[in-house]
Amino acid sequence: MARFSEANLKTATEILSRYPRPKSALIPLLHLAQEQDGYVTEEAMEHIAELIGITPAEVLGTCSFYEMFKREPVGTYLVNVCTNISCMLLGGEELLHHLEERLGIKAGGTTPDGMFTLEDVECIAACTEAPCLQVNYRYHYKVTPEQADALIDDLRAGRRAHEIPRHGTLARVRQHIPADRRAGNAVPGEAEEPVWITRAAASEGGAG
Amino acid sequence: MAVTDAAPIITTRFGLDDGHTLERYLATGGYEGLKAALAKSPTAVHEEVKAASLLGRGGAGFPAGVKWGFCPPGVWPRYLVVNGDESEPGTYKDRLLMERDPHQLIEGVLIACYAIGAAQAFLYVRGEMALAQERIAQALNDAYEAGYVGRNILGSDFSVDIVLHWGAGAYIVGEETALIESLEGNRGMPRLKPPYFPAAKGLYMQPTIVNNVETLSNLPWILSHGGTSFAELGAEASRGTRLFAVSGHVKNPGVYEVEFGVTTFRDLIYAPVYGGGIRDGNELKAFIPGGASAPWFYEEHLDLPLESGAVGAAGSMLGSGAVVVMDHTTDAVKAAWRVVRFFARESCGKCTPCREGTTWLERILRRIVDGHGRPEDIGLLLDVCDNISPGIDWPPKQTTICPLGPSAVSPIASAVVRFKDEFIAACGGTGEVPVPINGAAYTPAPDSSSEVTGV
Repeated sequence: MARFSEANLKTATEILSRYPRPKSALIPLLHLAQEQDGYVTEEAMEHIAELIGITPAEVLGTCSFYEMFKREPVGTYLVNVCTNISCMLLGGEELLHHLEERLGIKAGGTTPDGMFTLEDVECIAACTEAPCLQVNYRYHYKVTPEQADALIDDLRAGRRAHEIPRHGTLARVRQHIPADRRAGNAVPGEAEEPVWITRAAASEGGAG
Repeated sequence: MAVTDAAPIITTRFGLDDGHTLERYLATGGYEGLKAALAKSPTAVHEEVKAASLLGRGGAGFPAGVKWGFCPPGVWPRYLVVNGDESEPGTYKDRLLMERDPHQLIEGVLIACYAIGAAQAFLYVRGEMALAQERIAQALNDAYEAGYVGRNILGSDFSVDIVLHWGAGAYIVGEETALIESLEGNRGMPRLKPPYFPAAKGLYMQPTIVNNVETLSNLPWILSHGGTSFAELGAEASRGTRLFAVSGHVKNPGVYEVEFGVTTFRDLIYAPVYGGGIRDGNELKAFIPGGASAPWFYEEHLDLPLESGAVGAAGSMLGSGAVVVMDHTTDAVKAAWRVVRFFARESCGKCTPCREGTTWLERILRRIVDGHGRPEDIGLLLDVCDNISPGIDWPPKQTTICPLGPSAVSPIASAVVRFKDEFIAACGGTGEVPVPINGAAYTPAPDSSSEVTGV
């Protein structure tokens, strides 16, 4: 696995069709690659470059800027503990250290069984629910050390598999625009003044 | 107390389990604002939004109606880009709006597109927000199916596609030109303004309006109730209601929709219906009034109204509606370090003062927090601050393309000026510390015996 599977190639083509310029699809396609393989492989980046019509180096240039894209395998579950100001004030650092002890790894590390990767992250927009963490970008609020332990036990035993997909799968619902409902891309150099603007200007006697 | 009984505008469906579904949205007045907009001319819709005096809710607080007017005439296509990349520390409101009322946002996007003549919209949602993405994807799929989005909306000649786009983890992408770079598939590095003001040269160098999620979520109400009704709420330049996230050491941390411009910080932090006061009967030490970039406020600022002008005049900003409360147990040096670490990690690396400056600030502060501070470290910190933002003034002077680097200066200047003794103690020093700060810009302790001098 590395290049897009047939099914994912179909999804990739649909994503590409929604943008006036193909390079705009780059980040969504990198997510798709990560969903397929759990991380972004070199082969996937090469395939994306072919689909968009840019070089693999350009794909890597974008990929390497964004924290969510992992270019090496990570755990099935990515545990992101927020330690930014609101969480720090209410025990975010202590929660992180508890999980480091519990999992036997430092932040940034992966457990030997490949089950967990632990990260010390910046604000994840749940400041009133501090301290908070995410597992594969699913939130857990006001987490006590005991709750963190129970969560780890549950994840190891597969008891949360129905609500938390493995790392790489971001949204389980995809946008789909039906062909008969599509307005179409507004392409620079091709798109003209929208009809509703022209019509309104005409009825206002050219005003506006 | 000015806890007003103004009815909520954008959180009306937050209490409903199914507030995110099209069925519930339609049953609770959904898409009526769009219908009202389509019955008017685009110009009239624009006028309605101007009449509402709706300030942008993303951080800069620029009037949305004025921003829309910056598109150069006759240049097509135009785009609308929705900034759903909420990641300013302490800020928590756009994610709620996307998760709990996605159709309200979609309706707002449609109204804006109709008014400005945008033939395509891109809804940029922060990558880490999986549920928001799922809810918006489902809402868009349902809205397309039902004829609210896409070709010939509600049988009219108004057609627009709304494309859901995902981010991938980068705070800087919340800056509008960086967001556009990211949407073009590039590294999220800001563009120089001028010439790249998005309204003139934005996505694909076309006129582009970038609006925040909360800003757009107000539009359905404004169109169905009228811009003047919206402007009747609030005071001075700050009209309508606004979401504030109150976090940190309060009894009831929460996201509250309050009447803008009238409610005070004291209400927000102490009123039983909001923050409920400081936890455990503790004393207030400081609070951040508008996200990590904002200079800190203290006891004497509590009676300021949540009003952009008043907060600006007092030396800070309302920013993104993030109020972070610190009680007397808080280590001011450590709090400053943690905020600065954020900026150091999130610097995109394009401009030297930010890339190098924030990194060194973080290292020096980390040294102090770890107990290895040196007496000269305070002067060193401020010297680096002065290099990033000359004069250490507020609003900060800029040496960089975007405000990220200069933003890292404000928590340090705030903490050093106010809690100088803590810094001196942490650095193992004694006596006076040279503080090359514009004294008017930051608030010293009321009993401070030493002068804070200019550079």
